[in-house]
Amino acid sequence: MERILFVIFGAIAVGGAILVVTRKHPMSSALYLILTLFAVAALFALRQAHFLAAIQVIVYAGAVVVLFIFVIMLVNVPENKLPVERATALRLLGVVAAGLFILEGAVLARRFLLPAGSGADAGSVQAVGKALFTDYLLAFEITSVLLLAAVIGAITLAKKKI
Amino acid sequence: MMEPSAYLLLSGILFGIGVVGVVARKNVLIILMSVEIMLNGVNVAFIAVGSHLGDPTGSVFAFMVMTVAAAEAAVGLAILIAIYRLKETIDVTELSVLKW
Amino acid sequence: MVSGILDFLWLVPALPLLGVILNGAIALFSERPLLLAEAAHGGHPAPAPYRKLVAFIGPAVVGAAFVVSLLSVIALAARSPHDRLFVQVLFPWIQAGGFSAPAALQLDPLSSVMILVVTGVGFLIHVYSVGYMSHEKAFARYFVYLNLFTFTMLTLVLGSNYLVMFVGWEGVGLCSYLLIGYWYEKKSASDAGKKAFIVNRIGDFGFILGLFLLFWTFGTVDYTEVFAKIPLLSASGVLTTEIATAITLLFFLGATGKSAQIPLYVWLPDAMEGPTPVSALIHAATMVTAGVYMVARSNALYLLSPVSMGVVAVVGAATAIFSATIGITQNDIKRVLAYSTVSQLGYMFLACGVGAFTAGIFHLMTHAFFKALLFLGSGSVIHALSGEQDMRKMGSLKKHLPITFTTMFIATLAIAGIPGLSGFFSKDEILWKAFSSPHGNIVLWAIGALAAGVTAFYMFRLVFLTFFGASRMEPQVEKHVHESPGSMTVPLMFLAVFSVIGGWVGIPEVLGGHNYFEEWLAPVFAQGAAGSHGAAHPPVALELGLMAGSVLVALCGIGLAYYLYRVRTEKPKKIAETVPVLYDVVYNKYYVDEIYDVVIVRRIVDGSVWLWKTFDAAFIDGIVNGVASLVRGAGDRLRRVQTGVVGNYAFSLLLGAVLIVGYILAR
Repeated sequence: MERILFVIFGAIAVGGAILVVTRKHPMSSALYLILTLFAVAALFALRQAHFLAAIQVIVYAGAVVVLFIFVIMLVNVPENKLPVERATALRLLGVVAAGLFILEGAVLARRFLLPAGSGADAGSVQAVGKALFTDYLLAFEITSVLLLAAVIGAITLAKKKI
Repeated sequence: MMEPSAYLLLSGILFGIGVVGVVARKNVLIILMSVEIMLNGVNVAFIAVGSHLGDPTGSVFAFMVMTVAAAEAAVGLAILIAIYRLKETIDVTELSVLKW
Repeated sequence: MVSGILDFLWLVPALPLLGVILNGAIALFSERPLLLAEAAHGGHPAPAPYRKLVAFIGPAVVGAAFVVSLLSVIALAARSPHDRLFVQVLFPWIQAGGFSAPAALQLDPLSSVMILVVTGVGFLIHVYSVGYMSHEKAFARYFVYLNLFTFTMLTLVLGSNYLVMFVGWEGVGLCSYLLIGYWYEKKSASDAGKKAFIVNRIGDFGFILGLFLLFWTFGTVDYTEVFAKIPLLSASGVLTTEIATAITLLFFLGATGKSAQIPLYVWLPDAMEGPTPVSALIHAATMVTAGVYMVARSNALYLLSPVSMGVVAVVGAATAIFSATIGITQNDIKRVLAYSTVSQLGYMFLACGVGAFTAGIFHLMTHAFFKALLFLGSGSVIHALSGEQDMRKMGSLKKHLPITFTTMFIATLAIAGIPGLSGFFSKDEILWKAFSSPHGNIVLWAIGALAAGVTAFYMFRLVFLTFFGASRMEPQVEKHVHESPGSMTVPLMFLAVFSVIGGWVGIPEVLGGHNYFEEWLAPVFAQGAAGSHGAAHPPVALELGLMAGSVLVALCGIGLAYYLYRVRTEKPKKIAETVPVLYDVVYNKYYVDEIYDVVIVRRIVDGSVWLWKTFDAAFIDGIVNGVASLVRGAGDRLRRVQTGVVGNYAFSLLLGAVLIVGYILAR
């Protein structure tokens, strides 16, 4: 059962990703991005990482992509003024290189075996919350500072007059 | 739960697709979205191994990645807006001042 | 008490050096500003008080050095003959591993003769210079150089090892250059100075190579050590005849440069551009004898190589006759004397080459007396004639310049080998040894005798043309003719006395005398094979017969000169017209300078131009510029990687990551 669901959602994720990368209009890419993110959230849930699945939908699909859409609409480049994408040798090489990279990654994954799994609960809200607020407290707090910096930075950069 | 190796392969594929987007596209917005795909691929790997080992660390890291991704997307888009105001273009090849 | 003076041996070179320092300071701080100001403003120079100071210091230091030398030699003579070697180490100059060459002075019979000649004749020439150079503007500079020369020459002869000698050797070469080019504003003078230095350098190259080989073979350059090691190293096979030949021939190459023998004599006639006292001191009495001194000092080495002895003797004899023939056609009074010097130096080398080292040094000493006298006398003549040097424009000076005439005539008699005078004894001993020594042969004797005749001929030609006959002087010159001042004539008189009695220390036994000179020098030339106390004593009649023969030849030469230049004075020109080609060749010194120019100098210049244009400009500059343009081209191409497009950079990252991971996986 799990395997079937993995294949379905995995295919959706990969398909969505490919579509994101290949669309001409950024709006289409953004919508396919939402699809991909949802599929990934499903995969998270499949792995019993419920907390993260929720966060993925709320933060990623719900906020980041919305931000993207806002900016796309704000910038509002007309259809004819969109950058012309030509298939240069470099881009083909890029695809090839990426393929090679994936292959290598697969070989690497094959070679390095993971230790036997334990059935412990690792993705529930309690478990993650506990880890966040005990072992990774410092990281958690610094992250909030990071977000503050990002907010200030984004506002400053996007203003018409500082 | 099944073996994480399939998830790792999936993670690699997603990452590779994201890389292709960064290398091959000229539209800045699409490049930024490809970066998000790359980060998602990484998150899949984290969650897969973390849940396999029963360690919440995987989830915590994925959480951090998400946070940073959000911050980076915000700032990146802000820069895009600023550049667009200045140069009237979102074509990365025209934004090559630091060239030879 | 007497022997204590030897501790002050270092004063002998140090006193002239003091003169250099003092006169140098005066030249730098008093004279030079004066001359520069004068050049800027023109006008007559103010009488400078420093000149009196220089005129005193210059000769005084050399005179003092002479006194110290004399006392030192007396102290040395007070010792027993086996003990006459005194070494004074001044400071440990070179100390490198097992090799040490201290700055040390050595007083033995040979160097004692040299220092007496150098300081004695040098002192007289310094005094003469005060009068001769009194009209010169750069008075102090002259004496600085002259004192410097005396210092370096004394270093050369007093050194106790070959390296100290070499320092002096180079030093006298430098001073020769400085003094020949004293009137450097005149192009011919500065050219002559350069020629002297460069030709000398060629010889010095040989000397240096010989020095290296000597060190390599013996491990030391100290005289005493080297000569002591000869028996040991010969027996052990380290010192082969070939090596000894190589060392001595290389040394001899240096000697041909410094002492103006074939093939490196060409600088000496040109050196007459310098002031006449310089010609007297450096190019007659002392510097040019450095080569002879060096060969005599190394006699133990030369005796190991019959080949080298032969080369030295043959070159000496050839130079003697060759140079003498050139002398008979020259019209410049100093040129005649220059070629005469080259010829007489040939005699000295002939003597050394046949093993008669004592005879060579003996002739060195007597030659110093009469040649210096001849040069100073000619200087007196030139001074009296307001600078005229062409003998065709002289004549009848006998009555105008009595002292100069008398002294020069005595010197001419000496050089011609008239019995009783110094030149006779020394030249005759050389000819006798050339005939009788195991290293000598009759051909060498014949060449020497012939050259003696030619010498007598051209010397008397000089005297007759200059002092006798009707006056051929220019009218303005004749008006101002006057005998030279005392500062110039008194040294002439001293030298004349020595030209007469100088040979009496070496009267051969066959004439009833005792050769004190040979006895004095015996310890230095102990291995000398041509000692007169050899196994078989040659017949007395033969010796006397040869002696008479050489006197006869000299008288013939004098007679011929008398005939051609006093009786039938139109004959020389007729003879020259009869054999114009021959005369032309001889008059132009056999075109040796021209041949050297075409064969050697031009080739070197062409080679240099080729090296410059092809090698340096095209090749080396090509490489340097090529590297630069290569870098530029590479940079030009490589910078295109920086496109500024983010995607390209990302691709590079990707590529790198792929390669690295691939490499890790492959291992």
